[in-house]
Amino acid sequence: MTKQIIGKRIRRNEDPRLLTGQALFVDDVEIPGMLHAAFVRSDYAHARLLGIDVSAARKRPGVVAVFTAEDMGNDWQPGPPLVSPPPTAKDVVFHSRRQVPLVKDKVRHAGEAIAVVIAESRYIAEDAVEDVLVQLEPLEAVIDLEKGLQAGSPLVHDDLESNLAAHLRQKKGDYEAARDRADLVIKRRIVIERGAAAAMENRGVVAHWDEKSKSLTVWDTTQAPIPIRNGLATRLGLSENQVRVIAPFIGGGFGPKMMMFYPEEMLIPWVSMKLSRPIKWIEDRRENFYATTQERGQIHDAEIALSGDGRVLGLMDVFLHDTGAYDPYGLTIPLNTQCHLMGPYDIRNFTSDVSVVFTNKTLVTPVRGAGRAQGIFIIERLLDIAARELGIDLVEIRKRNLIPPDAFPYEHTIIDQAFAPLVLDSGNYWPVMEKAREMVGYAQFVKDEQPRLRAEGRCVGIGITPFIESTGVGPYEGARVTIQADGKIFVATGYGTQGQGHFTTFAQIVAEQLGATVSDVHIVTGDTAEFHWGTGTFASRGVVVAGNAIHAASSMVRQKVLRLAGKILETPEEELELAEGLVRLADMPQKSISLAELAVLANPLRGAVQPGTEPGLEATAYFGPQFGATAFGTHAMILEIDPETMMIDIKRYITVEDCGTVINPLILEGQIHGGVSMGIGNAYYEKLHFGENGQLLNASFADYLVPSSTEMPRIEVGHVETNAPFNELGAKGVGEAGAIPVPALFAQAIENAFYDRGLEILEMPLSPNRLFELLNEEKSQ
Amino acid sequence: MKPAPFEYYVPTTVEEALTSLVEHGYDAKVLAGGQSLIPMMNFRLVQPSALIDLNNIPELSYIHPDENGGLRLGAMARHHQVEVDPLVATRAPLVHETIPKIANTQVRSRGTFGGSISHADPSAELVSVTVALDGRFRLRSQSGERWVSANDFFVGLFTTVLEPAELLVEVALPPMPARSGWSLMEVARRPHDFALVGVAAAVALDEQGLCQRARMVFLSVGDCPMVAHRAAESLKGQAPTLEAIRAAAEIAASEDIDPGSDIHATADFRRHLASVLARRALEQAFKRAANIE
Amino acid sequence: MAKHSLFDLAVTVNGTRYERAVEPRTLLSDFLRHDLGLTGTHVGCEHGVCGACTVLLDGRPARSCLLFAVQVHGHEVATVEGLGTIENLHPIQEAFREAHGLQCGFCTPGILMTVVPFLEQNPDPSEREIREAISGNLCRCTGYQHVVDAVKLAAGKMRT
Repeated sequence: MTKQIIGKRIRRNEDPRLLTGQALFVDDVEIPGMLHAAFVRSDYAHARLLGIDVSAARKRPGVVAVFTAEDMGNDWQPGPPLVSPPPTAKDVVFHSRRQVPLVKDKVRHAGEAIAVVIAESRYIAEDAVEDVLVQLEPLEAVIDLEKGLQAGSPLVHDDLESNLAAHLRQKKGDYEAARDRADLVIKRRIVIERGAAAAMENRGVVAHWDEKSKSLTVWDTTQAPIPIRNGLATRLGLSENQVRVIAPFIGGGFGPKMMMFYPEEMLIPWVSMKLSRPIKWIEDRRENFYATTQERGQIHDAEIALSGDGRVLGLMDVFLHDTGAYDPYGLTIPLNTQCHLMGPYDIRNFTSDVSVVFTNKTLVTPVRGAGRAQGIFIIERLLDIAARELGIDLVEIRKRNLIPPDAFPYEHTIIDQAFAPLVLDSGNYWPVMEKAREMVGYAQFVKDEQPRLRAEGRCVGIGITPFIESTGVGPYEGARVTIQADGKIFVATGYGTQGQGHFTTFAQIVAEQLGATVSDVHIVTGDTAEFHWGTGTFASRGVVVAGNAIHAASSMVRQKVLRLAGKILETPEEELELAEGLVRLADMPQKSISLAELAVLANPLRGAVQPGTEPGLEATAYFGPQFGATAFGTHAMILEIDPETMMIDIKRYITVEDCGTVINPLILEGQIHGGVSMGIGNAYYEKLHFGENGQLLNASFADYLVPSSTEMPRIEVGHVETNAPFNELGAKGVGEAGAIPVPALFAQAIENAFYDRGLEILEMPLSPNRLFELLNEEKSQ
Repeated sequence: MKPAPFEYYVPTTVEEALTSLVEHGYDAKVLAGGQSLIPMMNFRLVQPSALIDLNNIPELSYIHPDENGGLRLGAMARHHQVEVDPLVATRAPLVHETIPKIANTQVRSRGTFGGSISHADPSAELVSVTVALDGRFRLRSQSGERWVSANDFFVGLFTTVLEPAELLVEVALPPMPARSGWSLMEVARRPHDFALVGVAAAVALDEQGLCQRARMVFLSVGDCPMVAHRAAESLKGQAPTLEAIRAAAEIAASEDIDPGSDIHATADFRRHLASVLARRALEQAFKRAANIE
Repeated sequence: MAKHSLFDLAVTVNGTRYERAVEPRTLLSDFLRHDLGLTGTHVGCEHGVCGACTVLLDGRPARSCLLFAVQVHGHEVATVEGLGTIENLHPIQEAFREAHGLQCGFCTPGILMTVVPFLEQNPDPSEREIREAISGNLCRCTGYQHVVDAVKLAAGKMRT
């Protein structure tokens, strides 16, 4: 594959529109006659719904309708399950309980929607929300994962015997035997708390049912417009072609916008059909903290068995995973955690046992990392502790355990989130770690600078953490590439975009094949009327899956171009090249024909289209990877902490990433920076504080602390490229990579900073307050 | 998050504003910068039936020198004006140093000195700073006006001595005594957040270089700005050595304040931070007083 | 139910004068976006923290979610639509494109309107000053680095 355009730092096609405020986001949609929705939501996390009185709300001037679960009649039904449990795993326990459009019998999390008000403006709708009288009988809330599984605990779902949503055990080899011959066994309990994605754009749905044409158009801040369209059609008793879902420009996804179907997604189109009016609902920031999904809550009891020279003989992890009030996303996140517990290491004996627990909290679905960061946190903590006890250097112990480059594809034999056997497709791990170690100046820092600073009384720590990231999972994506009569290239794919630069990276892939200018390639994503086969934007699969489909379609168009051009120019195809929007003789470039002319010629107004051929220069292709592509990286950091105030100052931050072929280094860097900022948030700033009764205590940006420009260090990005062997582009995903190792890195660096205090960090996130408590605990022991 | 409906009044003089206040009763609120009030209205935590907008009263927005060497600020002087005013820089350097620490540029475009004072958030820097500087506030109502010292003005959480139909119209800051020093130290999760703990310090040395006065006022450790009286006593007449400062900081943290716990910090951590910040603030303030810094 | 009075608002936005009758409680952010159709200004939080709604009021950056539209009666407001067009980007917008200072673009108009007056005041800012200047604008996509690079680049462009 040539790389004239792929690999270049090309400016983004989409930027002029975004920079001038001309890009359409869901809340920008205005339709004559549009009405506005606001929801009555529960303040209680767990309560029985005794009654609702909407009469006063209905009477308020400007209110058009108020709907409750009862008003929905037979149309009320729980959402469809998204991900079934893996059919290939044995002894899986799985209780599927899905979210409901409006509360019917009881409230299961604070913020759950009880009624919807439709009015002439959002202002009036919110006034009417206050008119609605809701009678709730508060129940004891299930907040704690362990207490939630004990006998006698209140039940989130009364028809189940307990709050156990699912249970799955995965095994590889024989951990018990490994433990028996180990020189060192380390056991720790590690607790990880929830965080929010907190995209800058809140969610929103605009639904327009047109009674005359019997068609439904929905604008939705979703990462998955095609499944939403298909599901809405089924739910509403329509044919798929009657429903069009558009995901326009989206202000950040990060996972929660992949969740389907949110109650609002099910309800707003239904209301539009009921009232034959366009309906708009835009989530506000307070709602976002309650009604948009979250992730990361887990409790691990982990154990590692090692030989005296630091070789990991086996790993065992028993953990609880918080799924919130419902579990539409199945086992995806805990499977990801399990698949990352062994990290990039050659571990032959492994047992992992997960119990998924219902709680009276907001639903849990993937947030950037989707369970991977938790797995990495566990293994990296255990290795750090082992290194200390065995007296082995932190980097050295990892080197001794990394999967060697000749062992790929490496089969872990356990199953992954796509229900396929976990296979790490390719990798060359040590050079990445080595590069990170060099870039941060590890040896010199530990030998010279750190002792000098410490002698001055300063608290400085260094950390270096490797990680893997499974990316590019199936089932498939597709694309259609068309050369138009003006020579511009039109590409339609179902793969949506939320800022990742797809309008540019996808265009680069096409431009590479067709010799076009990137700005002449026009990408349409996220509109089911343009392309309706695909799943969605998640799991860092854009370039790998959609990119490869686009590459395949472009290659097919390239073949058509060459064939036709060869005929017209009376030249063998091998002697032709595509460049600058032309097809020309490599040796005699004046002999050429433009893509525009070819496109016109390929669509004859007279004559017949030959059997077995198609008109035009167009092709559609799909790509479904057999297994994912595993990316690998290492982050390193030098951190100073004020030992009195616990405030941190990140002095250096290095990432070295291996995600295979890089389409656009500028965009890649942006993805990494953004991921790291979320990782830093997860490590030291972002924590969702739940009260005893399940209410969220920090449901605003004033109290949920997202890193701002003053908290972020300058990140130095290093790069290594190991070709991904199982897709033509040789690419791996990178969207989530920045976030994954950061909590582990922070734990390591902070322990290193307080090296003489015997600090052991077994939780995430941290904060100055928490660090103060931990250090005082150490002192008193 | 849209606010509830309200009647809107736009007086152009203080007299008109006072009349509006009397007419619209206890449920009216005054709108100054809006940076604290409007978020609360958007959350519907407050739902005033009427808003009296002070932003069109030019007579309230000024920064003047006082003939005794101090400073007079109109209640509607905006943070961004105070930030760059040369009079403030020379006559009230503690205020000059404080303003950039208030939130961020956008908030400072609108936020006002008087608004911050009247809102009486114990985490607001200007609240503690005016107490540290022995500021005085002029309050006006239809029946006349009165002066209240900053020390007496703040009486509870978001509560001042302002009567419902009374308006804060002016802040007076006294001239700085000779050999003055000052400092504002804060710990916040992000620089523009409310402080977990903060302290505003105003000190003065006598001719022998001994501590004549050491006023420390803490932010975020109680319902009101907390004055460290005992710490101040302990330093009076003492040489401001590191040991004396450390001891005073300890007294301040253990005896003069009563911090609470919330999701961002426990009382213990706040107490610890108070001690650290008091020490650092006093060090810096005394250095400045002795002209060493 | 009492009917609340409408206020006759006259305001200049991006050089054009608009006259509308508005309810006092209408937030400036909603007025700009829905009454005037200027949807470039975005709403991220409505409690004054994220900065996505930043506009210029008489040349100073202010959060439009913390202003009632009625408050800008007789004043001048500038939004991102007044900065440049797709065919004719403002140098600051050019710089953001070159430096990849945006990803999803949702926070971007707010950042641009913060940067415009900042560079007027401080034409040659340091990295630290830039980070402080935009500390009231939250971004979830970029990690801020390319934004800082874009502002530096913009400063250079504006100086020539």
